[in-house]
Formats: sequence, structure tokens, C-alpha cells
Amino acid sequence: MNAAIDNHWYPVAMISGIDAPRETLLLGKKITLGCEEGTCWVKDASGNALPTVERFGHLWTSPGQPNRDLFTIPEADSPGRRLVDVGSVKVKCSPLRAVENFLDIAHFPFVHTDILGAEPHTEVDRYDVKIREEVDEVWATKVKFFQPQAAKSAEGGITTEYMYRVPAPTCSVLYKTCPPRPGEWDVITLFVQPLTDEWCEVWPWMALYDDDSTMSEMVSFQQLIFMQDRSILENQLPRKLPLDPGMEVPTQADMTSVAYRRWLKKIGYTYGAQLVAA
Amino acid sequence: MILYDYVLSASCYKVRLMAALLGKALTLHAVNFHPGREHKSAEMLALNPQGTLPVLTDGDTVLTDSADILRHLTVDQPEWHTEEDERWLAFASDLNNSLGLARLHDVIGYEAVIDTARAAGVMALRKLEAHLTEQRFDGLIFLTGKAPTIADIACFPNTALAPDGGVSLDPYPSIRLWMRAIRSLPGFIEMPGIHRLHELAHPA
Repeated sequence: MNAAIDNHWYPVAMISGIDAPRETLLLGKKITLGCEEGTCWVKDASGNALPTVERFGHLWTSPGQPNRDLFTIPEADSPGRRLVDVGSVKVKCSPLRAVENFLDIAHFPFVHTDILGAEPHTEVDRYDVKIREEVDEVWATKVKFFQPQAAKSAEGGITTEYMYRVPAPTCSVLYKTCPPRPGEWDVITLFVQPLTDEWCEVWPWMALYDDDSTMSEMVSFQQLIFMQDRSILENQLPRKLPLDPGMEVPTQADMTSVAYRRWLKKIGYTYGAQLVAA
Repeated sequence: MILYDYVLSASCYKVRLMAALLGKALTLHAVNFHPGREHKSAEMLALNPQGTLPVLTDGDTVLTDSADILRHLTVDQPEWHTEEDERWLAFASDLNNSLGLARLHDVIGYEAVIDTARAAGVMALRKLEAHLTEQRFDGLIFLTGKAPTIADIACFPNTALAPDGGVSLDPYPSIRLWMRAIRSLPGFIEMPGIHRLHELAHPA
């Protein structure tokens, strides 16, 4: 037992996809889950009931005793948004690497070429990053980047503004310029289920303003983007995320990643991380 | 022509790639294969009772087999055909049932005996490597000759995506060279897991 790791909420299933009880892994341990008569449950390997929350279309649980409610995303509740269950993709990488990749902008022109970025527009301008102590979350704001096709609903290239939020160690929420509705933010999340410390199931979820695309088109777009990352993630070394400086050399564009690692270290979240002796 | 398409499907990519190389326009109709299982929806079953993807419609013609679709797209292009193609189209099915299955297992949790699927995939890759090495000895880079045919397009996707299913391509230099030749074809398009070829460095 490690309270700093166990006492968090973790996504373990997309609720609409639970048709029969099933087994999965959480933090290297077997759990079973199911939904009957509209109520979902999760049990550990000994058959003990674990706490559950149903939110954002997903079932969440915790092997410990979370000392706070699962985070909320108030923006996602505003009317007119379409809530998109993207489904899951399994990736052989540290859950923290998956989150860190989601926070990175600099790879867009090279991995998501002609969609989320394109040469020669590779520069990441300075942006603001801070650990918001009052809510204990990492936030990056005023992130701007030129994108050839920022969303399924975007026509032609636009400069997109982003905000990144890390409200839990294996979750990230991205707010980005909404092409059909200037002034509103599209919400795109990455919920990561740590199967083990080097294997995860990733559940993206979105709350978008898009009146034109079919649900299938929006799901396809997000799966396309995430699968472009998968082969990169599976080849990253070291396999565990280094929390101490020295193993990797960050640049200006990596400020969010630096803050994320610092925050993980501060809260003692070491699952999928590596600590280097000085 | 309308392609009922799933963005992560290797077989749908065969069709998208073939059309791109020919410069033929396809209208893509996104099908939510995962997690929506839309390929088994009433609408899709009416089009293709087998409930598989890809499905191509061209006027009244409905094609549901990727090899048939490749033949259809190239029907007026003899340079994309050789007599040797048929055995490689059959081999492409072997790749799909081994490496393709391992990939679906690893990525979206398909039921599979994963060790068996990977082992069959490795056996197929060894056959492919041996053949492509012999081709190289004869100064030929593609499966059936100096130029690509539908055989190459049919075999390329599941081969290139092998690492997605936990099968490394490191031991196969002839396969890697062949993949590079395909990725350098004019009009080549990528899919997730198969990256675009970066510009080769030209020394000053």
C-alpha cells in the first residue's frame, strides 16, 4: 500500500461499453467490474467492493481511500456540447509518459503532420505554467500553435490557443479554441488507466461543439491522432518517466512537462516513474 | 466511389493508399468500428452481410473484399498487375490473420491467442524477408518486379504495423528496404503507426 498512489481515482471502463462483468488490471492488480440495472461496481481480487464514481461517461475507482472527490470539468456541462466516447487504446508505456505526451505541443508538426502541426511552423512560443496550489493541479495557459486542421470541424489552418490542466496524476484535460464557436473552449481529455507501471489503457473523452461531423467522424479523428502517438510512446526511453533532472534535457517548450514531473515528485506519485540517485 | 472506412484498419488503409497512389478520389464514410461496433449496424449489414470493413461502393457495385477492391481500382491500369500477384494476395490474408490479429489484440483488446498469432506473424515475416532478399539479388525491389503492384499494396500495411502487435521488424533488413521503397512512392499517404518518409539528407 502506498497512499500517495492508491488514494487517487482511476478510470477503468467506458460505461456504455460494459456489457458483461469483466476483469482488468489497476496498478498491477486484478480487479473485476460490471454494471447491473444502471449501477456499476468494482471489486478487488479478494472480492471487496471498491469505491466508484460514474463521471464523464466513464467508471472510476480507487484501490485506496480518496481524500477528495473526482475532479470536475464545469465547461463540459454547458448545453449544446456533444459528448464523445472515444473508446480505449492499450499502450505499452508508463502511464505518466502517456500523460506527458498529451501535454507536449512541440511534437505536433512531426508526429501529427498536416493535422495538428506542419513545418515550418514548429516554434512553440513562451506560455505560462504553474502549479495551482489551492486546487493542487498543474495548469499551462496561453499556449498558441499554428495548426493546419485543429479539429474535425476546422477548415484550413488556424492559430489555436490551448490550456492544459493536470487534475490527477494520470489524467489531463485540454481546452482548445473551438473552430465553429470562437470564445468557447472545446474540451478533450486523456484518462489513463495504469494497468502496470509500463502498460496502460488510455480512454480519451471529448465534449465538443460540432454540429456538422458525425459521431463516427469525431471518434475517428481522435483515434487517428492518438494512434499516431502510440508507436512513439512505445519506443520512448527510459521507459519510466524520470522525475529528477539529469536523464533528459528539457527546453523552453517543455515547461509543462517540467512542472508535471515536479508536481508528481512533490505529491510522491512514483508509479511509472523513475527516481535517479544523484 | 465511397469507401466505408475505419481509420485504424489496415485493410481500409490498403484501399486509401491504392487510391492515393493512383490519384483517384474516394469519398470516405467514417465507420465507428471501435468502440461503436458500427460495422455490425443494420445499415452496414444491409450493405455487407458479413459485417466486415472495408466496403467500397462504385455506382451499383458493392465490393467487400480488400483484394477485390484493389483489383477494381486498378482495372484499367495493367502496370499494377503481374501474374504473381494472386499468391501474394493470399499471403496478405495470412498477414492479416496473424500480425493483424496480434495488433487488434494489443491495441483494442480483441480476443486472440496472442502467442500463436505473433508466432504465425513471425513465420510470415521470415517468408517475406527471404523472398525480398532474393528479389534484391536480382536487382528487384518490389514483390513481383521492378515496379509496385497490388501485391505490394496488399502486403504492406499489416507488415508495417507489426510493431503495433508486439512483433519487431528489426530482424528484417529486406522488408525494411521494401517498406521504404513503398513509402517513397509519389502520392504515398500515411496512417497512424506508419509514418511519412522524412526528406533524405542531401549533402551540399
